[in-house]
Amino acid sequence: MPFTFSIYDFTGFTQWVDATLRGACSPFWATLWEMVIVGVLFLAFYAVVGLYLVYAERKVCAFIQNRVGPNRVGPYGFFQTIADLIKLLMKEIISIKQADKLLFNLAPFIVIVTSFLALAAIPFAKGLHPIDLNIGVFYVMAISSMGVVGILLAGWSSNSKYSLLGAMRSGAQIISYELSVGMSLIAICVLAGSMQLSVIVEQQRDLWFIFKGHFPAITAFIIYMIAATAETNRGPFDLAEAESELAAGFHTEYSGIKFAFFFLAEYMNMFIVASLAATIFWGGWMPLHIPGLESFNHVMDFIPPVLWYIGKTAVIILIMMWFKWTFPRLRIDQLLNLEWKFLLPISLVNILIMAFIVLMGWYIGL
Amino acid sequence: MEITVHQLMFGLFSALILVFSVLTVTTRRILRAATFLLLVLVSTAGLYFMLSYEFMAAVQLTLYAGGIVVLIIFSILLTSHISQKFEPVGWKKAYFSALAAVAGAILCITSILQHQFQATTQAAQEVDMKLIGRSMLSTDRDGYVLPFEVISILLLAAMVGSIVVAKRKKLKE
Repeated sequence: MPFTFSIYDFTGFTQWVDATLRGACSPFWATLWEMVIVGVLFLAFYAVVGLYLVYAERKVCAFIQNRVGPNRVGPYGFFQTIADLIKLLMKEIISIKQADKLLFNLAPFIVIVTSFLALAAIPFAKGLHPIDLNIGVFYVMAISSMGVVGILLAGWSSNSKYSLLGAMRSGAQIISYELSVGMSLIAICVLAGSMQLSVIVEQQRDLWFIFKGHFPAITAFIIYMIAATAETNRGPFDLAEAESELAAGFHTEYSGIKFAFFFLAEYMNMFIVASLAATIFWGGWMPLHIPGLESFNHVMDFIPPVLWYIGKTAVIILIMMWFKWTFPRLRIDQLLNLEWKFLLPISLVNILIMAFIVLMGWYIGL
Repeated sequence: MEITVHQLMFGLFSALILVFSVLTVTTRRILRAATFLLLVLVSTAGLYFMLSYEFMAAVQLTLYAGGIVVLIIFSILLTSHISQKFEPVGWKKAYFSALAAVAGAILCITSILQHQFQATTQAAQEVDMKLIGRSMLSTDRDGYVLPFEVISILLLAAMVGSIVVAKRKKLKE
């Protein structure tokens, strides 16, 4: 198979890699090598995205609070987080005498493995989609519902009241807000008629779903943004690690690289949630197309899909950071009231409205 | 003998399921048992993924791993302390449990051996959402609308019951 590479469509390139490997060794080793390559690429991606989200958060926070932010290490403090990582790696891992050692050590891995698994179903660009499951949306939901186990285990096995309280709060919060995340995604699945992420992206060729589904889609998007921010334990919903009340919440007792795992997983979850929002509501890697404006659509097609995907995800992440540094933290009863008395009923009604609109064909389409 | 990736993965998942199942029942700490149970359920989901039955795998993950195990862990968090350890069970209990487990295993293995498996070259069929939705709500031969509704009533009853139980405790305070 001839070597082909195009920034607009990775299908040819991945097929070339596959064909070359299969030509070079037996199917068993070819599959194994592919797994290794994809795994290493993902690890690198994970580390880079995690590090630069931390940097972005510090810069955004500084900007909102009228400060400068990290500015000493490298130009504009660009290498600050790398220095922080090296510091974290060299720190002593304190082992706690009264803790349940096995679970204490297992918890950060559960958190990080779940975020890693969820990443596998995200379409990054045309042809750059690790696994295209026919229930993609449901898969990401299922995986993200397991991350809470790691947090609960971390809180309990630390044998500290701050950790336990943080874990309980976080558990209650994640389990509640998961429902709204799921319901708002279902509203869009009704519009798309599929849960397969590649199909969902392909269907937004004419118009992104947030415009196509107009009123109910925008409602679903707002609910998703609120619920997803809560699900990733970010401010204003960061009760689990409310530093003024609980020291650092469920990861109070963790140090060194194990703390870094929690930290990294939190930023990675934010990335996953944002890229899912970009894929479901804003068309993923699909360029902005407006029906009727042919030349405009062609101009938009010149921007590579990868850039579209990264740009949309970055905008959503920016909105989530903006949330965090603008709103005051909620109390636990306010938090649960917001979910069970407002978001969940609204999203249930929203699904009905969406189903009705799809049935009547009242969505904006060609 | 050339082993395929499928066989390797099957062996890996089965080994994980077996090891963690045994650990679940032998550990003396309750939260560890719950964690091992979680790993058993996740490995089972891995088996479903291997059979390209993604829907079942995702259901396994949301309902069992993300739902039931989280519920179990939550109730452990509320009720037990970290230093709590269970006494080892007496030999009588252990003996009878082992007997029951072996009998169950023999029953399963004999029924599997009795079954005539037919080899096929057809590709695995994809179970799509539309098919599941149709059979869940249809009244035809392959429809499951009656069990679906019966389970809904059961769930509703359970929810009402739990609210009643929770309310009564509050009144006493």
